Amino acid sequence: MSGLITLEHLRFGYAADRPMVLPDLSLEIPPGTVTAILGPNGAGKTTLLHLVLGLLAPQGGVVRIAGRPLAEYGRRELSRQIALVPQAEHIPFDFTVLEYVLLGRSPYLGMLEMPGPADYRVAQEALALLGLPDFAARPVTALSGGERQMAALARALAQEARILLLDEPTSHLDLSNKGRLLQTLRVLAGRGTTIVFTTHDPEMAVLAAQYVVLMRAGEIVDLGPIETVMTADRLTATYGTPVQVVRVDERPVVLLDPAGLGSAGG
Amino acid sequence: MTTTALRPRPSVAALLAGLGLTLVAVLVLSIFFGRYPVPYWIPPDLLFTDDMAQRLVLGLRLPRLIVSLALGMSLAAAGTVMQMIFRNPLVEPGFLGVTQGAAFGAALSILFLGSSLLVVQGVATFFALAGLALSYLLARYMRFGGWVLRLVLAGIAVSALFSSGVGVLKYLADPLTQLPEITFWLLGGLWGVTWRDVWIVLPVVIPGLLIVYLMRWRLNLLSLNDETAFSLGTAPGRERTVLLVAAVATTAAVTAIAGIVGWVGLIVPHLARRLTGANAQHTLPAAMLIGGMFAVICDDLARALLPGEIPLGILTALFGALLFIILMVRTTLRVQS
Repeated sequence: MSGLITLEHLRFGYAADRPMVLPDLSLEIPPGTVTAILGPNGAGKTTLLHLVLGLLAPQGGVVRIAGRPLAEYGRRELSRQIALVPQAEHIPFDFTVLEYVLLGRSPYLGMLEMPGPADYRVAQEALALLGLPDFAARPVTALSGGERQMAALARALAQEARILLLDEPTSHLDLSNKGRLLQTLRVLAGRGTTIVFTTHDPEMAVLAAQYVVLMRAGEIVDLGPIETVMTADRLTATYGTPVQVVRVDERPVVLLDPAGLGSAGG
Repeated sequence: MTTTALRPRPSVAALLAGLGLTLVAVLVLSIFFGRYPVPYWIPPDLLFTDDMAQRLVLGLRLPRLIVSLALGMSLAAAGTVMQMIFRNPLVEPGFLGVTQGAAFGAALSILFLGSSLLVVQGVATFFALAGLALSYLLARYMRFGGWVLRLVLAGIAVSALFSSGVGVLKYLADPLTQLPEITFWLLGGLWGVTWRDVWIVLPVVIPGLLIVYLMRWRLNLLSLNDETAFSLGTAPGRERTVLLVAAVATTAAVTAIAGIVGWVGLIVPHLARRLTGANAQHTLPAAMLIGGMFAVICDDLARALLPGEIPLGILTALFGALLFIILMVRTTLRVQS
């Protein structure tokens, strides 16, 4: 297998009496690539990330990281391989941003160990890479949703994992933070980090990813390089609503197709 | 280069050292504080000349001081652990059925198994754990509200169940022999503590506090979303269980000696966070030191302020509630649901 992350015939459902979220999913993600999991809400994107993370155990099939089944990894070992930026994080206590980012060093600390100077350095480098060094002393609870997401990204960077999973990373970001996120993802990709993120926003997929996986109702509609997959008919099939793809400077831009929506929308 | 230090603020280390020294001073002063031979002070030289003063200090005051210190540290540590693990700054051991469970266990044991301290302590510990488990399960099966709300509601319901159980046991108890013992439980107090109590309580409290103290960085991780805590290498279920059992065991051990002493576990972690910030690496030792100080000072007042003993639980509730009101009015208490 050449994929760094390999999913083989994954089956997953949250409860036996409810339909499977992922009936049968296979996917291979090569190392050093940026992949977008694109699809409407409820397509099973977050479930897919949680399966790769090992937080959820599949009812059938296997997840492999670097060829080894996920179940063979120890908790600490795996957390050095895979970092996660969750969709929204509720933090009930007012850690400073630096303390919060430092939590990302935990995979390198023993069960009873406290972070040392080297860990503080890595945490501050992560903040600097995101352009947030001034945030270090601010309480996380005082940050806006977007700033908090950037802090979560900094925490994931401090983890120094070779795989970075992001769940709807742009959901709370304004344009400047979105730009900052894209830039950071490029730097990380340049360093060889394998990045997988979910999004329901086609623009984010086009801007950040090389590969895209179109998902709908737990099934893969199509996958491949951006240029070949982001077509009007495939996106229409994915979202179940008429979609147009126009080109701006060779870059595909995805728009709702007003002609196909009927008269109600004007 | 930024101006932020590469290490935790030195002020935190200085603060902890200051708290530690203050606690030592409070302990030393407490040895001399009392009502013999006159209120409120034993002249130190009396310890070498007066046989009665010597026996009083070594036989009664010292063990009581040690137990009150253990009590305050345990309740504060348990409060910090529970607030962080349940991701709710409003929980304390008493809110989750632990204290009322322990009281019920103690009353049950006094009524049916005799008042041997070891038995009372064992039964109290069992019901303290049962109270926590019941609250937790009830919160999981409740069908409305967020996790925090459900947990608080479940804790209130379970505590009320145990407390009505205590009421029934009080009704059944012999009013001359058993009832006073049970009543003692409900008010909370450390009169009559001897070295025997010290030897019973310390073997539980020391390892329990040590586990919590050593795992304090993990506590930070466990206060995050499950998915984040997991991605950072924790086994959230297992590690939460270890910390909770340590916290509840120490709470049950001191509660078995002292009865219900409320508010320490709720208010002290808030005070500690005000001083050191939310990072449990610093909050936990600060809470333990402040909790020890709080309980020792309250117990000093309980035994020496008036000619008769004031139940400790009344004093901790009084000062705890006052502090709580001050913190709330000054809006430093951040609560998100």
